[in-house]
Amino acid sequence: MNMIEYITLPWDVLGIGALWLILMAFFVALPCSQMGSFLILRRMALTGDAISHSVFPGVVIAFYITGDLSSPWLIVGAGLAGLASTVIIELIHKWTRVKQDAATGISFTALFALGVLLMELLLGKNVDLDLECVLHGRLGLLLEDDRLALFGLMVPAPVLVMAGVALVTMVLLFFFCRVMMLSSFDADLAASFGYRPAVIHYGMMFVVSFIVVAAFQAVGAILVIALLILPGAAAYLCSYRLKVMLLIAALHALLSAVGGLYLHVWFNSNMAASVVVSGGVLFVLAWLLGPVDGVLWKWFKEEVPTPEESSDQVGNRLS
Amino acid sequence: MSDEQQPALETHDLTVAYHKRPALYGIDVAVPAGSLVGIVGPNGAGKSTFIKAVMGVVPSSGGWVKVFGKPLRENLHRVGYVPQRESVDWDFPVTVMDVALMGTYGGLGLFRRPGKAEKKRASEALEKVGMLPYSNRQIGNLSGGQQQRVFLARALAQDSDLYLMDEPFAGVDAATEAAIVTLLREMRERGKTVLVVHHDLQSAGEYFDRLLLLNMRLVAFGEVKDVYTRELLQKTYGGRLTILSEVADRAAKL
Ligand SMILES: Nc1ncnc2c1ncn2[C@@H]1O[C@H](COP(=O)(O)OP(=O)(O)O)[C@@H](O)[C@H]1O
Ligand SMILES: [Mg+2]
Repeated sequence: MNMIEYITLPWDVLGIGALWLILMAFFVALPCSQMGSFLILRRMALTGDAISHSVFPGVVIAFYITGDLSSPWLIVGAGLAGLASTVIIELIHKWTRVKQDAATGISFTALFALGVLLMELLLGKNVDLDLECVLHGRLGLLLEDDRLALFGLMVPAPVLVMAGVALVTMVLLFFFCRVMMLSSFDADLAASFGYRPAVIHYGMMFVVSFIVVAAFQAVGAILVIALLILPGAAAYLCSYRLKVMLLIAALHALLSAVGGLYLHVWFNSNMAASVVVSGGVLFVLAWLLGPVDGVLWKWFKEEVPTPEESSDQVGNRLS
Repeated sequence: MSDEQQPALETHDLTVAYHKRPALYGIDVAVPAGSLVGIVGPNGAGKSTFIKAVMGVVPSSGGWVKVFGKPLRENLHRVGYVPQRESVDWDFPVTVMDVALMGTYGGLGLFRRPGKAEKKRASEALEKVGMLPYSNRQIGNLSGGQQQRVFLARALAQDSDLYLMDEPFAGVDAATEAAIVTLLREMRERGKTVLVVHHDLQSAGEYFDRLLLLNMRLVAFGEVKDVYTRELLQKTYGGRLTILSEVADRAAKL
């Protein structure tokens, strides 16, 4: 095969399906990238981990009650379980001397294990709530899903759902970006302005739960963590400005989606894992080449800028 | 009653406990408007806690706070808060200008975006502390003194009447310390009331009009000449007077 064939391969094999896969991966990665950026800045990256694992018992219980894997109650149950894990973390860390990181570890492992137990107890061992799917996602099966007509196109239903989730997240971000920025940077000042830090915290955790729940059907409970953390972490290395960081995180999400599709088609690999692998490669690139503290630039420049310059002059001007 | 006669800050029986362990007991003070007050006490005395309780950042378990004669909620916009410099992450992806602009957020509510007027206020505040040339710098690329100036600029941009500052002199160079003192005095000239947590007893007697001596309880509050005394300082710092003997001697001579 020559170069061109490699590039056009997904489209030759999948036709418009390639577009649906890219869009789906992007609509999953985009809201993850935005909220994940805030999680990183709040040093709560592991909380995304906690939410994604603790979603599991919620799904099992909701499935037990409704008996329907595509029921919207699954999302509600999962969202509540995700929120429960953040409440448990707060309770442990507020009321005992156990610190936040340990509390996070306790919360999600315990809830995840509870999910496994509940699945065996409530559902028996031979139900079609496929653990494989819960863990690794079913992005690759997207093209076998039901389709809905939209503007004359037959769009797979999950793509529409995820597009809705991405849209809601971006709208919320548009309105609350400033509030989230201030309360993440300086919670005390935010509180002194009358913002309620607890409300903001749980509000953000709810949105993360909502995204994780929507995303985990596509990419599974483990890979969603990567999509929460990788774009924000890569963007953090590329910019000193929050808005630019969010933009780069979104770009990272898009490139991961595209890269993921190619890996998926070239190597016939799991689509969700391919998306995460391309996200990982992009992170390494940001690490090496990031405009603000890429390793390569530092290596070229060597000399360190001194922040202290002219601080004395400044002082004199005032006094 | 006009503002001039109202105390800028009045607390009654203000009490704070962390996990049921009290950190501050029954603080009663009335700070007259237009004064420059140093809050002094040993480590862990509850100085930061006092400021946070006044600002409603930590919940108080008893007592009340009034600002210019009204409950804090009603006069929140008239109070500016400068947290300890270590309380924030200086690697956060914001610039000097972004931080100064945060001072204007309190007046914006949840959704309004900072506009021309807010940017002007932030620029003027940065100009005042000599940080305008650094507007576009990431805050992590500043020296300790410069970071503290940025925090002060943010407070100036709040345009409040009462300011509560937590250790603005901690870890700053001599030039910045002098600049901050000048700035504080200038604020007082403009009728602002400023409470400053200060860790250096030596200079506390020179910088401020009034001192608030704190060690879990209020030891004393009053004009420097009345409270900067050997007995009161000894009472504030407990037995650790060896470190203090020099200061205490100076106090005795005052
Ligand atoms: N968030 C907190 N949780 C529990 N204890 C705290 C907290 N903040 C402060 N304390 C305790 O309250 C006391 C007063 O602290 P602080 O107000 O920071 O003192 P200062 O600022 O005078 O050094 C200290 O014993 C400190 O350990
Ligand atoms: Mg303190």
